[in-house]
Amino acid sequence: MLSSPFIARPLSVDRIMRRVLYALLPGIALYVWYFGPAILVSIALAATTALATEALMLKLRDRPVRPFLSDYSALLTGVLIALSIPPFAPWWLPVVGTAFAIAVAKHLYGGLGSNPFNPAMIGYAVLIISFPQEMTQWISPQGMGHSVLSYGEQLRYVFSGVLPAGMQLDALTMSTPLDTLKTQLQLGMTVSDIRDLPIYGRLAGKGSEMVAAGFALGGLYLLIARIIPWQLPVAFLGTLFALSGVFHLIDPAHYAPPLFHWFSGAAMIGAFFILTDPITSPTTAKGRILFGIGAGVLTFVIRAYGGFPDGVAFATILMNMCVPLIDVWTQPRIFGKKKKESKR
Amino acid sequence: MSKLHSFHGGIHPPTHKKESTQSPIMTAPLPAQLIIPFRQHAGEAAKPVVQVGERVLKGQLIGEPVGAISSSIHAPTSGTITAIELQQVAHPSALPDLCATLVPDGLDEWGVRQPLSYRQLSSVELQKHLRRCGIVGMGGAVFPSDMKLSHPVVVNTLIINGAECEPYITCDDMLMRERAEGIVRGIEILRHALGTDAVLIGIEDNKPQAIAAMQRAIDESSHPFKVVVVPTLYPGGSAKHLIKVLTGVEVPSGKLPTDVGVQCFNVATAYTVHRAVEHGEALVSRVVTVTGNVEHARNYEALIGTPFSDLVALSLPKADTDRYIMGGPMMGVELPAVNVPLVKASNCVIAASDALFPPQPPAMPCIRCTRCAQACPAELQPQDLYWFAQSDNFGKALEYDLFDCIECGACAYVCPSSIPLVQYYRYAKSEIRARDLEKRAADLARERHDFRQFRIEREKQEKAERLAQKERAAAEAKAAAAAVAAATPADPDADTDDTQQIRIDAALARAKEQAAAATPKNTETLTPEQRAEIEAIEARRAKIHDLAADAGADDEPPKNSQGN
Repeated sequence: MLSSPFIARPLSVDRIMRRVLYALLPGIALYVWYFGPAILVSIALAATTALATEALMLKLRDRPVRPFLSDYSALLTGVLIALSIPPFAPWWLPVVGTAFAIAVAKHLYGGLGSNPFNPAMIGYAVLIISFPQEMTQWISPQGMGHSVLSYGEQLRYVFSGVLPAGMQLDALTMSTPLDTLKTQLQLGMTVSDIRDLPIYGRLAGKGSEMVAAGFALGGLYLLIARIIPWQLPVAFLGTLFALSGVFHLIDPAHYAPPLFHWFSGAAMIGAFFILTDPITSPTTAKGRILFGIGAGVLTFVIRAYGGFPDGVAFATILMNMCVPLIDVWTQPRIFGKKKKESKR
Repeated sequence: MSKLHSFHGGIHPPTHKKESTQSPIMTAPLPAQLIIPFRQHAGEAAKPVVQVGERVLKGQLIGEPVGAISSSIHAPTSGTITAIELQQVAHPSALPDLCATLVPDGLDEWGVRQPLSYRQLSSVELQKHLRRCGIVGMGGAVFPSDMKLSHPVVVNTLIINGAECEPYITCDDMLMRERAEGIVRGIEILRHALGTDAVLIGIEDNKPQAIAAMQRAIDESSHPFKVVVVPTLYPGGSAKHLIKVLTGVEVPSGKLPTDVGVQCFNVATAYTVHRAVEHGEALVSRVVTVTGNVEHARNYEALIGTPFSDLVALSLPKADTDRYIMGGPMMGVELPAVNVPLVKASNCVIAASDALFPPQPPAMPCIRCTRCAQACPAELQPQDLYWFAQSDNFGKALEYDLFDCIECGACAYVCPSSIPLVQYYRYAKSEIRARDLEKRAADLARERHDFRQFRIEREKQEKAERLAQKERAAAEAKAAAAAVAAATPADPDADTDDTQQIRIDAALARAKEQAAAATPKNTETLTPEQRAEIEAIEARRAKIHDLAADAGADDEPPKNSQGN
């Protein structure tokens, strides 16, 4: 016999995940617009790997394949990994990263709902630590750099590895705006001098700033549609803004301005698509604010003082570790109780 | 008081109330037989006071209350009691309960009715009358109404619950539309008994006709009652949540509304109070919604004990109906069989099918999205409670206030993974209760054992002392005899006698002291509640034995003894 409630009208997991995927589309479209279609190939590779690995792991774990495969969570992990690695990277890079993310970071921890770390960020971390060289081959935005590839030439390179005669890969790729900032600062340049370099646009890196804006747009949709809680992106971006703002005010020559931080690297995609992974973030409102603040501080610290140009991935993973503790600390009061008197 | 407050969470399920409000309340025809359970209220079941074969009149007492929390049961019509036996009732456990079978004689002849003038009555007299009339909360909890009037603290606000937040149910709505005057009169009686000034009647804004009818009745009565229109939000009809919305006061966890100076009654309860006091009618019928997968959804005024099958048949269930739910779709229970009888708690029966209530997809893992926490009106963390319940981590579940869960089902309604969350909470609660009972029984057994050991020890000691005393007396007698023999006509040895008496007294005092020291461990010092609980357990145990005996050797004894 069934028991109540007998009715339900949930927004199912697969619909939630699908909406998150839709929300990535503006960012992806701008990515293609500014950097060419190579990213689509990476996404396809990562997505295929994600689904294949998911199916394999489900089989190995003796779990039903179809319902889990159709929840879109693996697909989302794959897409997020593809978006965080250079599109001109060798084909096996997204494959290895995604396979690791799904097999180890997700399924070895118990699969959907049980993984303590964000699988996409674990995949990224594995790649940046294991293959730092390959992870730097970012494409110069279209209409910039030393030479320009047409969309057709770009795709031909991705599939066959053949560049048009006389072109070198080095001429087509560049380090990221965050990376350049870090290197040039170490070489003694000031922030304003560095930002005069041709790779920079109005807010941050030319092209990449627009991609970040695209992700922010998708993120706003998720916020408005209440797919993600507001506390995480607001606390994270607010902290990043405040912290970088203070440092920038004190020492503008050595610290980039807040908007530069917002629109560089993985800040926007992190704020709206990575930190907001419900499985690996806190469940309480207060906890989410703490989590966002922590991730913001760590991101800034790693960007300003760390060995890696961007810090979102490591900040996420480090904060993921704190989630159980944060959840216990921030239990809200319940109806009819003054304080959490029953706790501890 | 114009400002409305709000509570956290809540959901907006489709209300489906239109279907059953199209036609007026219809009096259901007299059924061929009535099955009247003796347990239709919270607390102890009533004790049968009629014999099989006896002719009873409508409103005649057939079951009298047992203990403080209990109520009376009456014959819903005139006729003959043909059986008093265990029968299946509307309880999800499908366990049988003691019921009287009444075959109506078709005359529907009332017994003695004694209308009262409430103004001349004290609260205590009113309480007695309501208890005699079997008045209990009609909102579903069926708590004896007399108990709710006998409160030790000052109640300054009376709240009348006309929210009816559950989808499909419209019995209160229709009652307010059609019998607002009676409700208002009942409210005035309750107000009089409580001695309150302020009366707030909360009605959800999806019942404009009921609101208008109530307002009209109040205007005509010139009582200063206030109809407050509250937003439609499930579970806004939960007493504690309605109190919060109307007054802004949160009834503390584990406390009663009276602890914050508020008492709450359902509109249908107010109506039965009016019938009981001003017409002298015992509670023998109620309005019930029959809806869902039927041709003619509507409300019936039906006699208590009417088999649901009779009511459902009146509304013509559609062909694919394969189950029936008593109550609403959010908190109702599936009937073990459709021929079980209507009871005082039955506000609605829904004919259901897979088309109406599609089966949920298989549950997927929790993704900690906390949509449940956002929906939870008790402000709990359902995702954590689920985690603790499924891992049998009951200590943690208690720590996270599992028992503040009101099982409203809002969490399960919104769960993206279709996890039957409420089932997990019910499971955890019943496990905890069962373990608690077990532990208490074990404690009791240990205490009994300890006391027995102590008693044996004490008796042994007393025996030894008696023996010693006898020996001493003998020795002294001997000595005295010897002394006499020595022909010393000395004064009697009062001195020795005295010391002996002192020693005896001291020994007795010691024994008494030990006994006193041991009593705290004894069952004698239990609080009244504990004692009541133990009694309840004993009664239930006895009942299980009875059931097992009655069920015969072919049925195995029922396992779940404490449904709810």
